[in-house]
This record gives sequence, structure tokens and C-alpha cells, in this order.
Amino acid sequence: MPPIQLPRVRLVDRVGTDVLRFLELLGAIATFGGRAMVEAVWPPYEPREILRHIYQFGYRSAPLILTAGFAIGVVLSMHTRASLERFGAEALIPAGLAIALIRETGPLTAGLLVSGRVGAGIGAEIGAMKVTEQIDALEATAVDAFKYLAVTRIIALMIVMPLLTIMIDFAGIVGGYVAEAAVSGMSWQLYFERAFSLITYSDILTATLKTVVFGFLIAVVSGHLGFTTSRGTEGVGESSTRSVVMASMLVILSDVVLVKMILFLYPQVSG
Amino acid sequence: MNAVRFEHVSKTFGTRKVLDDISLEIPTGQAFCLLGRSGTGKSVTLRHIIGLVRPDSGKVFVEERDITALAGRELADVRKHMGFLFQNAALFDSMSVGDNVAFPMRRHTTWPAAEVRERAMAKLADVGLEKDFETMPGDLSGGMRKRAGLARAMALDPAILLVDEPSAGLDPITAHEIDELLVKTKQGGTTLVMVTHNIPSARVIGDGFGVLQDGRMLINGTLETLDASDEPLVQAFMCSQGGG
Repeated sequence: MPPIQLPRVRLVDRVGTDVLRFLELLGAIATFGGRAMVEAVWPPYEPREILRHIYQFGYRSAPLILTAGFAIGVVLSMHTRASLERFGAEALIPAGLAIALIRETGPLTAGLLVSGRVGAGIGAEIGAMKVTEQIDALEATAVDAFKYLAVTRIIALMIVMPLLTIMIDFAGIVGGYVAEAAVSGMSWQLYFERAFSLITYSDILTATLKTVVFGFLIAVVSGHLGFTTSRGTEGVGESSTRSVVMASMLVILSDVVLVKMILFLYPQVSG
Repeated sequence: MNAVRFEHVSKTFGTRKVLDDISLEIPTGQAFCLLGRSGTGKSVTLRHIIGLVRPDSGKVFVEERDITALAGRELADVRKHMGFLFQNAALFDSMSVGDNVAFPMRRHTTWPAAEVRERAMAKLADVGLEKDFETMPGDLSGGMRKRAGLARAMALDPAILLVDEPSAGLDPITAHEIDELLVKTKQGGTTLVMVTHNIPSARVIGDGFGVLQDGRMLINGTLETLDASDEPLVQAFMCSQGGG
């Protein structure tokens, strides 16, 4: 007689299986990322492909990043004003906005936007190439498909992310200025001076450079999911969606770890 | 010398045994036609030759090098001597037809850009697509994609050309032109391994023939051997007049 399975046992069994599958996926992504790091060191370096991806990921993401940055700047400025004017501290609005934007909001928002725009694209593009045998065709042409498709995208996104972060920070500060100038008529020069009065090089450098890690994670996750795509067009759609979800999750989780590391290594940043 | 040699190759996908103890020899400069019903492992055999699939057991030799032991650059070096026409052509859809054909030349030669373009144009002319250099693969018909795929496979004048159903989806006139092109390629010294269901084509092109059934080599020999065979499947194949 087969053993009777209680509903609770089945639930535990299912959750356990899902957890194991997730851990297996994380392991596979880590292996993929490790292999990419090793292969990035060895020739051929595919500079033309890297430049092409820098253009695609960077230049084509710029309108979205600038618009989002500007809107965030306006909204943050309005919220900051509403809070600070109760204490008569309106003069701190530019500095407060710049700190929030440069230290955290800018890099994290850029990471999440790029996860959506670029991560989905990488997952879908490589996935479509997988199911239509184009990856096999690359290999048959004696081209290392992993290097040509994955490593080039990873390097390009690691270069592009800090640049997009600087863009979103700049657009946010401009947005904040526009909102502030509309209410108080503050000059650009005064706004700029106040905005950067409490910001140090360490703030800008650490917060911007952490997005190199975001770029790595987004490209590795979506590249891995693209390379492991199966089940035709349905699989391509799934890879694209999963790329966005997993990349966004990893960006948020890695941000927590990176902020903790930054505060440990550069205590002055928390000041 | 053999261009391709299989030694007791077996391959299983999941629970399905696709190739079962296959041994065969394809001498250099000859055309070998692999026949068989759909799903009997013909395409998988081609994929073994170019190292896209590795056998579970047995060995595959290309120009007397055991490619089952190769990886990375060593395998890429072997692949540079081969061309592969995929069943669905597998053109790079982000590149124009001309760029698809020029791609292997740009990767593996130092020819100047003008020469690459000229040679790619000549390869496209061989398959009747010289007017489609700038066309994107998505704008081609199935038959045209197949011809473009063949032009790309022949881009570097490979020593071994693997073709998976080259005349599938082509009209009879174009199919005949492709047959003539393959015969010409063979006469130029290229070893040809062709998967086909088109027996008239196989009769024109082939020197050696193999028929696969359920992953096993049912018969392997010359045209005369196959014509004289009393195996029902072989007889059915050899009497057929068309197919893709």
C-alpha cells in the first residue's frame, strides 16, 4: 500500500523542492558569472561588440534614465520641502536632495530601470538566439558564443552603469532645482553650492562605483537565463520576464550588502 | 585518409537513445548521404561531426583528430575547416544576409573589407541571392534563407561541408541548381556530409550512403548496395522520387 501523504507534508515537500531549485539556479548563475570573469581576461576581447553594446545599453537607455531622474528630483524636492519648511529649514532642501539622490536613490533607481530595459532585452535576445539555433551557428562558425554574446554584454553593462548613474544623479539635481526655483526663485548657482555643501568625493565615488556590481549582476543573470532558454517563443518570454525579476531582486539585495560594506570601509560617508 | 570517422558512437537524450553504436567512415573528398525517416538521429550525427553534441560513448574523428577530447580553441580550430548548413538555416537575424555570409570571413581571415564584401557577394551569387546582400533574414522566404545559410556555410571554402536537408523547401529548379553547386563543391575537393530525404538529389551527389533506423545504421555502402538491398525501408527510400 502506498504511504498516505498528508497535505502539510506535500506542502513542505513542494516548498523544499522550490527552495532547492532556486538554490540550484543561484549556483548556476554564480558559475556563469565566475566563468565570465575568467574569460574576460583572455583574448579575443571583442572590442567592436563591446562598443556596440555600450551604445545599445547606454545611449538608448539615456532618455529613460534622464526622464526618470528629472521626475525623481522634482518629487523628492517637493517632499523634502513639505517636511523641512515646518522647521524653517528650507535652506537644507538642496543638500538633502543631493545626499538622498547621489548616495542611494540615483544608483538604485538606475539599477532597477536598467534591469527592466536592458535585462529583459538580454534575456530575450540571447534566448531567441538559443531557440533558433543561432548560438549553435556561432559555435559552428568557430566563434566562442559565450564570450561573444555573454562576456561582451557583461563588460559593456559594467561600463555603462556608472555613466547612467551619473546621468540620473545630474537629471535629479536639475529636476530638484526646477521644482525649488518654481517655489522660491532660488538661483542655479546658490542651489548648486548648497546641494554639494554636504557631499564628498567618497559619497559620489562609492555610490557610483557600486553600480558596476549592479551591471555585472544584471548582465550575468539575464545572460544565464538567455543561454538556458528552452520551449520556443514561450521560453523566450519567460526568460525575459525572469531576467527582470531576478536582476531587480539581486540589485536590491546586493545594494544592502554594498551599502554595509561602503559604510564599513568609508565611515565618513555616513556623516 | 578519412575526413570523418565514427567509432561506436552512442547518444541518449533523456530516456531516448538517438544514436546506438554508430560506426562509419567518410573518405576525404567524397559525398556521404545520410538517409532515414524523421527523428532517426541524422541531424544529431551531423552535430557530432562539428562537436555541437558529444557522444555518451564512442569517438568521433575529424581529419583523424579525436574531437570528442577537444574543447575551446582546439575545437574551434577544427571547426574552421568545416561549414554547417542547419536544417532551419539559423541565420543571425540581427545581420543582413550579406553580413551573415561575410561573418566567418571577418572572424577568421585578414582580408580587407572590400575583398570580404566581394567574396560574400560571390558566395551569394552561387546560390542566386546576389541581389539580397542588404536584405534582412526575416524578409526572406524559407527557401531563400536555406540558400543564404548554404552560402554562409561555404563562405571559407571549408574542407568538410555538412548540410542538413539542403533542398528542403526549394522549388525543383532551385533544388537542381543547389545540387549542381554541391557537386561542383565536391569536385573541388570538399568532403560533403548531407542529410536528405531527396533521393534524386542524393543519387546525383552521393558517393557513399547510410540509412539510419531507430538510431542504428541499417545499411552503409554505395548506391549499388542500397539499390540491391532487400530491406523494406531502404527499398521504400530508393524508390521514392522526391522529398525535401
